[in-house]
Amino acid sequence: MITDKTVLGSETQEYFINMGPQHPSTHGVLRLLLTLDGEIIRKVEPHMGYIHRSIEKMCEKDSYQQIVHLTDRMDYLSCHINNEAVCLTVEQGLQLEIPERVKVIRTIISELTRLSSHQLWWGVMGMDLGAITTFLYGFRDREMITDIFEETCGARLTMNYNVPGGLMFDIHPNFQKRTKDFISYFKTKLPEYKELLTGNVIFEERTKGIGYISKEDVISYGVTGPSGRGSGFSCDIRKHHPYSAYDRVQFKEILYEDGDSYARYMVRMDEMVESMHIIEQLIDNIPEGDYKAKTKAVIKLPAGEYYKRVETARGELGVYIISDNKKSPYRVKFRSPGFSNLSALDTMARGCKIADLVAMMSTLDLVIPDIDR
Amino acid sequence: MRLVKNIKQYFGEIFHAIRSLITGMKVTGYYFFHPKEIVTQQYPENRETLKMFDRFRGEVILIHDENNLHRCTGCSACEIACPNGTIEIINKKDVDPETGKSTKAIDKFVYHLSMCTFCNLCIIACPTDAIKMAQTFEHAVFDRSKLTKVLNNPGSKLMPGIRE
Repeated sequence: MITDKTVLGSETQEYFINMGPQHPSTHGVLRLLLTLDGEIIRKVEPHMGYIHRSIEKMCEKDSYQQIVHLTDRMDYLSCHINNEAVCLTVEQGLQLEIPERVKVIRTIISELTRLSSHQLWWGVMGMDLGAITTFLYGFRDREMITDIFEETCGARLTMNYNVPGGLMFDIHPNFQKRTKDFISYFKTKLPEYKELLTGNVIFEERTKGIGYISKEDVISYGVTGPSGRGSGFSCDIRKHHPYSAYDRVQFKEILYEDGDSYARYMVRMDEMVESMHIIEQLIDNIPEGDYKAKTKAVIKLPAGEYYKRVETARGELGVYIISDNKKSPYRVKFRSPGFSNLSALDTMARGCKIADLVAMMSTLDLVIPDIDR
Repeated sequence: MRLVKNIKQYFGEIFHAIRSLITGMKVTGYYFFHPKEIVTQQYPENRETLKMFDRFRGEVILIHDENNLHRCTGCSACEIACPNGTIEIINKKDVDPETGKSTKAIDKFVYHLSMCTFCNLCIIACPTDAIKMAQTFEHAVFDRSKLTKVLNNPGSKLMPGIRE
């Protein structure tokens, strides 16, 4: 880290540069106002709002069934988990008993969503560091998961498979076979990921020791998910506050203590193995029963406040609903993981080089529509 | 002694770096010599063989049978269920020439494809299973007005026995 202002006897001056909003490595319309001293980052100020669609306000006019499809458009890479969060909150308000079959299917599809999100992240992470090959490999394996979603849910990305009380329709007869095929296929392909990128010397040089953030800072900024666990902050909602079928499966919470870009990368790589482990435990034991609990056509939550949180691929998503006993909520608030994770970027980036900022943003796994909503 | 250690470390790092690059190239090389494992599709050429899954949500259609009869009673359940105002149902009064009794029937089932988010809520809401999702996906047109569609065929009638 260069702290001396005078280099080679001449006075240097700090200057500003805009990174984004149309920058390929910000993965969306995020604008970063960088204060630089040569190549060294002194300050990062994120400016948001370029893709704000007022989803929270739109929820206030929609019925509880209609809210669900809007959450697809927040964090589109973990859309099933977002849908599940809204449904769990509404079900909590209605005090509805959910069939066991629904819980297990929701958990399996959530983990598939997490896998597909991490695969895409892995491909894009390599691409941000200049390796286009990884992008194609990540998308090759992700295609199998999107096929499973397309067959069972009817859409590849914005699935909208959950409804308050259960699922939209039962799983497709091919679902179990396809999922098992995918797991056995991906187990042979995951070592390729490690050979291609994890051990690569250029990748290691650009991530190890770069973008350090301490456990204290992670907790005070509210960084959750794999980004938080890379600094040793034990924050997995699936482990600490189990929902759906997570209380009946065995899995490890991946923790790395280093707090640098490489640690955050390794958390996600290991999480893919754990996700496959969870799916393997559940896929053969889907209980028989209804795919949906009986609900009224017009859902009215009793007046009060409801909060539920889930673990998406990026961290902790909280859904907060205030109801005044009408058919649409009085106020909806989403605590999105991307927003809190982005706030830690300034602390991470200070003193690093501008080229490493791209790697840092990639390991935070930012999805801009999730930040702006 | 220290110098020897430093030199060893220096060359060790170089060898480690070269080995890691070769390991990565091995994977790429494997796929270079096994072109059968490439998974990409030649899209516009494979239109004939490309089949979408049954549940794939392409666009909303109104089901007509061979006698040009549909099952839509004009109850507007889909219009209420839609979050974006994609569906507009315009009803008319049909007068039976024999009995003189007037019944409600759909005049136009208007569907704005440009506003649709393919959430499937209308299909679930329909009490008579009159509409379904088609598997078409090539929706690009040159004029925006072509995306507003009237789904009922001209001269189509309600299937008898649906309203009861």
